[in-house]
This record gives sequence, structure tokens and C-alpha cells, in this order.
Amino acid sequence: MTTTDRPAETGHSPARGTSIFSGRQAAVPTVFDRSVPGRRAGSLPALDVPAVDLDDIIPLAERRRDLPLPELSELDVVRHFTRLSKRNYSIESEFYPLGSCTMKYNPKIDETIAALSGFRNLHPLQPESTIQGALHVIHHIQAQLAEITGLPGVSTQPVAGAHGELTGILMARAAHLKAGRARRKVLIPDSAHGTNPATAAMAGYEAITIGHDRTTGELDFDDFRAKLDDDCAAIMITLPNTLGLFERRIEEICRLAHEVGCLVYCDGANLNALVGNLRPGDVGVDLLHVNLHKTFAVPHGGGGPGGGAICVAASLEPFLPAPVVTRHPDGTYAFDADRPDTIGRVHGFHGNFNAVLRSYAYILQLGSDGLAELGANAVLNANYLKALLADDFQCYVDRICMHEFVLDGRPFREHGVRTLDIAKRLIDHGYHPPTIYFPLIVPEAIMIEPTETESKQTLDEFAAAMIEVAREARETPEIVRAAPHLTPVGRLDEVRAARQPDLRWQPRQAAGQAH
Amino acid sequence: MSGFISTTPAEQQAMLARIGVATLDDLFRDLPAKHYRPTLDLPPGLSEMEAWQSLRALSETNLDLDRHPSFLGAGAYRHYAPAAIGHLVSRAEFLTSYTPYQPEVSQGTLQAIYEWQSIVCALTGMDVSNASVYDAGTGVGEAARMACALTRRHRVLVLDTVNPSYRDVLATYTSGPGIEVVTVPAWRREGDGTLSRVTDFTPWIDGSVACLIVQQPNFLGWMEQVDGLAAALATTGGILVVVADPVSLAVLRSPGEYGAGIVTAEGKWTGGPVDFGGPLVGMFACRRDYVRQMPGRIVGATVDGDGRPGYVLTLATREQHIRREKATSNICTAEALIALATTIYLCQLGPQGLREVAGQSIAKARYLATEIGRLPGYAVLPTAPWLYEVPIRCPRPAADVNRALLAEGIVGGFDLGQYSPDLADALLLCCTEVTSRADIDRLVRVLRTL
Repeated sequence: MTTTDRPAETGHSPARGTSIFSGRQAAVPTVFDRSVPGRRAGSLPALDVPAVDLDDIIPLAERRRDLPLPELSELDVVRHFTRLSKRNYSIESEFYPLGSCTMKYNPKIDETIAALSGFRNLHPLQPESTIQGALHVIHHIQAQLAEITGLPGVSTQPVAGAHGELTGILMARAAHLKAGRARRKVLIPDSAHGTNPATAAMAGYEAITIGHDRTTGELDFDDFRAKLDDDCAAIMITLPNTLGLFERRIEEICRLAHEVGCLVYCDGANLNALVGNLRPGDVGVDLLHVNLHKTFAVPHGGGGPGGGAICVAASLEPFLPAPVVTRHPDGTYAFDADRPDTIGRVHGFHGNFNAVLRSYAYILQLGSDGLAELGANAVLNANYLKALLADDFQCYVDRICMHEFVLDGRPFREHGVRTLDIAKRLIDHGYHPPTIYFPLIVPEAIMIEPTETESKQTLDEFAAAMIEVAREARETPEIVRAAPHLTPVGRLDEVRAARQPDLRWQPRQAAGQAH
Repeated sequence: MSGFISTTPAEQQAMLARIGVATLDDLFRDLPAKHYRPTLDLPPGLSEMEAWQSLRALSETNLDLDRHPSFLGAGAYRHYAPAAIGHLVSRAEFLTSYTPYQPEVSQGTLQAIYEWQSIVCALTGMDVSNASVYDAGTGVGEAARMACALTRRHRVLVLDTVNPSYRDVLATYTSGPGIEVVTVPAWRREGDGTLSRVTDFTPWIDGSVACLIVQQPNFLGWMEQVDGLAAALATTGGILVVVADPVSLAVLRSPGEYGAGIVTAEGKWTGGPVDFGGPLVGMFACRRDYVRQMPGRIVGATVDGDGRPGYVLTLATREQHIRREKATSNICTAEALIALATTIYLCQLGPQGLREVAGQSIAKARYLATEIGRLPGYAVLPTAPWLYEVPIRCPRPAADVNRALLAEGIVGGFDLGQYSPDLADALLLCCTEVTSRADIDRLVRVLRTL
């Protein structure tokens, strides 16, 4: 275990850690507060065609009277957003052990590639002969993802995980309809991401919850068998599940589901554990979405853009969103929109192409050898970190985990400390907190996913900080309960935010009557 | 050690020893043995240099519209994005941060989203906005679902002048819950080849209609007659949904002023390159009393324990991680970074700059229409007011005209034959402030020779 040469703990300062924050700061005024009438940034070239009078074009009653946008100089804008950026943690300055989110480092070359003018300045409706390079990227990543997942039908049109889920369940629906009836139910384990039941409902299905086995942490097999019938359109299963455990009976689950015509949808949020280790298609999964922003290389951007490519078994290919990119015998690529069984479009154009491009570049760099090491090291890092924490924290289910594991924060209750407090105190130590209070089945859950890109030193240092916070929780719980101490703001009043919603800037005199 | 792994083989051995297993394979005993470690039929990995060279070469096989004139719009518009935007959104603190679930370490992202919401409301004239949806197409789908939830009805009307891609997404998004989508004709081709628009949609509106979806200006570039629509819908309890355009909103009254209940708009074009159509970002705003049915994340201002102002994700009881199958939508990750780019763009331009972008785009499109209108066999089709995009009748199939233009290195307009067989002789041509007079003159020169 490493130690740091920091001064001994005084007051609220942590014993170790490298927080970018050093304490409370004054609020940054909004761009509206900074606005000065008449101020502006930049200019357009002089108009090189005859000017027009808008009064001749737009009826007066339909003209804009007031356009209350902020008025700022370029320096105002640059300084404002630079200041805002300094109020964020990010993967490039802090370790982000967020369970279920796979916050891995994304190589810089993929940013450089994604910025190439020949990819960025392409109109989505340009003639196919002028976009062969872009179509090449889409066609090849389709093949890569098919090989990695064992599912040959791929569309990169969905732009986020939940979007991929909706696409997949609508495809399941279309397949059932084609076979006679849509069916009414979708089975979902109680440990699933909230997007799964929300997706089932959006696709017109009733979400039926299946319990879990408290000992193994896996799906309650008897409950599954009891609820499975020929009115089930799909079972949505997460592999490994959200406790970070592999469902050991997955092949049996798939076989039983298929016996009654129920399709198996795999939530690919945890695919990082499986890359190179197991292809979901090989064990009987029919549909799976890939979070390109988790498993591959798309920075999360504070909440998108991402990518939610959908991968399906051959029998489901006809239902993929249209158009799909195909390759002609002469080697040229084209959009194929003539797909009578398609569920239709799920995006205005071709999905998040720029995110697809980054992921394609990443997979090219990994290759078969790098992909094989990806999942293996994600699992190694998680088990190592779990072992380092074993003496000080309790695991919800204690066995070899996959890419993540879930701790149970209940033992700290006797000191009046909750999981939320531990998370907030980790911030003072220079770490983004793990995912907390998910999965919902674990009281006081602390869900940790280190990813394969982190080094042994980082894991050692993080474990030391976790152990330090555990000690603080026992010895000086008031410091933990009042954390974070070093951030620009303290814990925020979320009840007030919800009860007196202030969702937009308003001029001062109007602000009082806004809501 | 390859790829982007940070541990050495020696460290890996030490880690395995700490775990208490001998080999990496011991960590995978839960996986079915016969499927464990499949051989992937993919080539070995490339070095960074090889990846760069190969993808740069691939990018050069595309026709880069930064170097060739283009008159394509049809839902994707090229505007100049000031350099500061790219620098700011590339800051690691914005680019590589997660969704702001931990507000104390995410105030930068949260305040930026609050400012985005404020700007979206200012542009659209609506009361509240969310943090973004994927794009305007899915915004239309979400708006229809939201209107059905608000009215407890299952029927939506959509004008056939709404972008056909958005209508495709609408059809997909409404297929599961059994919402009926009725397409309302908003134009017709007359015997003499002219186009006329339908101005009265009230006969379609009755007590079964959850919403009417209109696009302003519409896919064909002209302005719909929207007066009275909101009132007609209100008498039967329906909602007016408007698909707006941020640049046009610099010169057109806001949808809030003519009674829209829900507004969505594509925010991508005001902030960065066209990116082959993705990532995009959907603006999504509504009336105050609809907020609890709104999809997606919302940021609100509040205070910390010392009364210091700060921002948090709020009204989360609408969302999937809390409400599961009762959530208003399944959306979580959306398009935060693109929303940030658009926020910065609109801050840099301000009201005056955005008006100039709109004004120049309109002036250039007028010049183009005037010049083309002088050519024999070409005619400007709409009789209604239009802004910076316009359907032009050609003396031969539009597809042929586009082919001839491409042979001269010009990307023509959108072939409206793909939109309707009645318009196979029409090109939808678009100009923005990046279109130069020289580009337009070159286009006209080529058309003259056809």
C-alpha cells in the first residue's frame, strides 16, 4: 500500500488524496447575470449579396419582437465556461469508480481522429458516392461488434443505452407480431437498471419483476420458471448482473425462454466484463445493446453523447432500424432502406456517427489481442480492489466478481453514518464516489467498478482512502456526515429544488413569481 | 500488456496473489467453459500511428463540405461555429466527466445545463426545458407520447410537412403503446405545377386528438399558418406541438407566442460541424404545468446548508431510475456535450449575432432564388413566406440535376422526389451564412449549361 507525504490530518482535511478543490467558493454568476446590452463576440463577413428587408418577407405579426439571449464578449464566454469547467471532477483528473458506468480512460488519438474534417464536415444526406469513407466505418464496426458479441445483425443508429434497449424491445415486438401476436409481458429481474422496465413500458409491455437469490446474487430461478409463459415477449437480463456476478444458469435461462418463444434481451451495460471472455450470442442471447461510451471509446461528456448500437441474432436482422449499411459486390457501400420488416427509424439521421467513429478507431487499435485483454483486466482490477477492501467493508454477496462489486454500507449505521456520507467523504480524498443506492435490492449499496485502464497504484491509493474513510466513520463520524468539506458547494438542498422548482434564469423582478 | 491496460504482467501476478488465485482463468470459473475465451476473428491491434494514418486516409475519401459548395439542408444545416466552442467543449472537465449525479463535484456541468435550459426557454418562449433529448426526431416522438399521457388520449395528428425522418421516428416511438398517428396533408401540387398550401387544419381537430404536430418553418422551407391552431386545440383539450429551428427563431415569433404546449428543435447546427448527422441534440421545452410529464433530466437551482447557491438534478420522480416502469421515458444519457456547444454558440452570438446569421442566410437564399428564377424552366415553388430554404422546380428530374452538379464538384439540393413523387422535378435548396455568392454564382452557371 502506498503512503503519501501529506501533512498530518487537521480538522476536515483528509489524510491523503489529491482533490482539485480546496474549499468553498463564491458562486459563478450565470451568463445572463454577466450580460451587458450591446456587448458581442465575433462578427460575420460583410454580406456579399443584396441585403433584404425582413419586413418584405415575414408578416409583421409573425416577427420576433424580443430575443432575450445573453450579450457577452468572447473573453466573457471563454472565462465563464473555463471557470465552470473547474467545478467538475473528470476522468482525466480523478479516478471515477462508478459502478455500472464503466468510466475508463479514452485515448486521445480517438479525439484527434474524430476531429478530422473529412468526417466532421459531412452532410448526412450527401450522395453515397461522396461518403464512402463514412459508410466504410459504419459497415466495419458492424462487423467488429458482430464478432465481439456473437450476434450478426448490427445497427449503430441508437444513440444511447436506453435508446438501444427501446430499439431491441421494439424489434422483439415486431418479430412476435410477424409470428402472430405481440404478447403482453416482459420479464425483468429486480436487480435490473431502471431503464429496463421503463423501456418495456415504452414499447407497450407490462414489466414483470423476477426476484433474486439472496445467497448467490443471481436470478431467482424458481420465480423465473413460475412467471415464464408464452405471453412473455422477452426477458431482459443483465450479464453480468448489476451485482457484478455472472448468471451461471444463463444457458438454461435462454433454453427455457426459447422453449416458449420468449426472446432473451441482454442489457449490455456490463459488457466490459465479457469482451474477449464470452460472446453473449454464444450462450443464447438474442438481442443486446452495446454502450459504445462505456465499453469502447466515447468520453461521457457530462451526460452524452453516447452510442447504443443494437446487436441481434440472424433471425431478427430483418427488423433492424432502417436504413442499414450494406456492401455491394464491387466493394462500394450503400444505405439499404428497402427493408419491409424494419421497425423504422429511431433517429433523425444515422445515429451518433462521431461516437461510432471513435469506437471504431479504438477497436482497430485493440485488435483481437487487445480485446482479449480488455475484459480480463477489467475483472482482475475489480477482484483486486475487492480483496483490498475485504477487511473493512462487507460485500453484499461475497464471491469472485466480474468487472464490479457491490458493498453493503449497513454496518456503518451503528456510527450514524450512511452510504451517502461515505460517498461524500471520498470526494474530500480526491475521488469521485462510486455508484450508490443501486442496485435497489442492496440497502446502502456502494457499487464499485474500476475498469481495466486503471493502474495498480491507483487501486492501492483508492483502497487506502476507502479504508481511511471507514476509520473516520468509526472514530470521527461527524466529519464524514458533514462531508464534502473541500468542494465549491456543500451538500445541496434537493427537497427545496423539487418543491420550489427554479429551472431557468429569470430577470430579478420576475424571479419571485416564476413558479 | 497491450491496448490501454496500465498494469504490467508482474503487477498482474501480484494482484492475483492478493486475490488468492493462481491465474486469470481462475476468475472466470462462473462462465460456461465451452464458451470461455472464444477466438475473435479480428485482425491484431494497430499502433496509434497506424490507426491515425489509416483513418486519415479513409476520411479523405469523403467529399469534405468545408471544401466544396453544398446546397443541402433538409434538416441538417451548416453554420459557422466560432473556434472558442471547440476549445471549451474539449476541456477534459467537460468532455470526460460523468452525468452530474454527485452535484458537489459537478457544478460546472450542472450550471451549464441550467444555462442551456434558460436559453432554450428564451428562444422558444416556453416556461421550462429539460437537459436535452437525443435529437429533434426523438423529440417529436417523446412530445407525442407526452401529449398522450397528459390528455389520456391515443391519437396524434402530424402535418405531412414535418421532416419525413422525424415522422418515421414518430411512427417507431408510438408503435409500442398503440398510439394512432394521423398524417394531415398540408400542401398540394396544382395542375399548372404550382404548389399551394393548406391553411386550415381545424376540421381535423376533435376531442380524440392528443396533439397536432407542426414544423415552423416546415420541411419544405415555408411558414405554416399557425394562427388559431392552439385555440382550436384548446377547445377540445388538445396540445399544439411545434418543431422549431433555433436560427429561424431569431426572426420569427416564438412558439410560446402562438400557444404551443410542447416545443422541440434540433440544436446541433448552432454550435458545431454537421458530423454526418450525429451526435445531434434535441431541445425540448414545455408549459410549466406539463413539467411533471416531461421526459429526461432537469437541472434546478437550490442552495447548500450555508445558503450558497448551487445546482442539482431535480424532479427525478419522473425518471426511470426512480419510477422504473412508471417513468415518463426511459431516457437517461442524452447529449450534454452537444447542448454545451450550442449554449456556448448562442452566448457568443447573442441576439444580434443570431439575427445576423438568420438575416444573411435569408438574404443569400433570396439571391439564389432570384438568380435561379431567371433561368428558363426553373421556378420558385412556394407562395407562402419562406426563409433560407426553398423548393425550386427544375426543367428535368431533380435527381438528374443533382448528378450534373456533382460532376462539377457541387453538392446540389435535396431531391424532393424522395419526399413525394409529386415533387420529383423539385430540388430543396438551402443557403446559410457560410454559402458564398461565388458558390451561388457557380451553381447558377452550371444549371444554365444543363
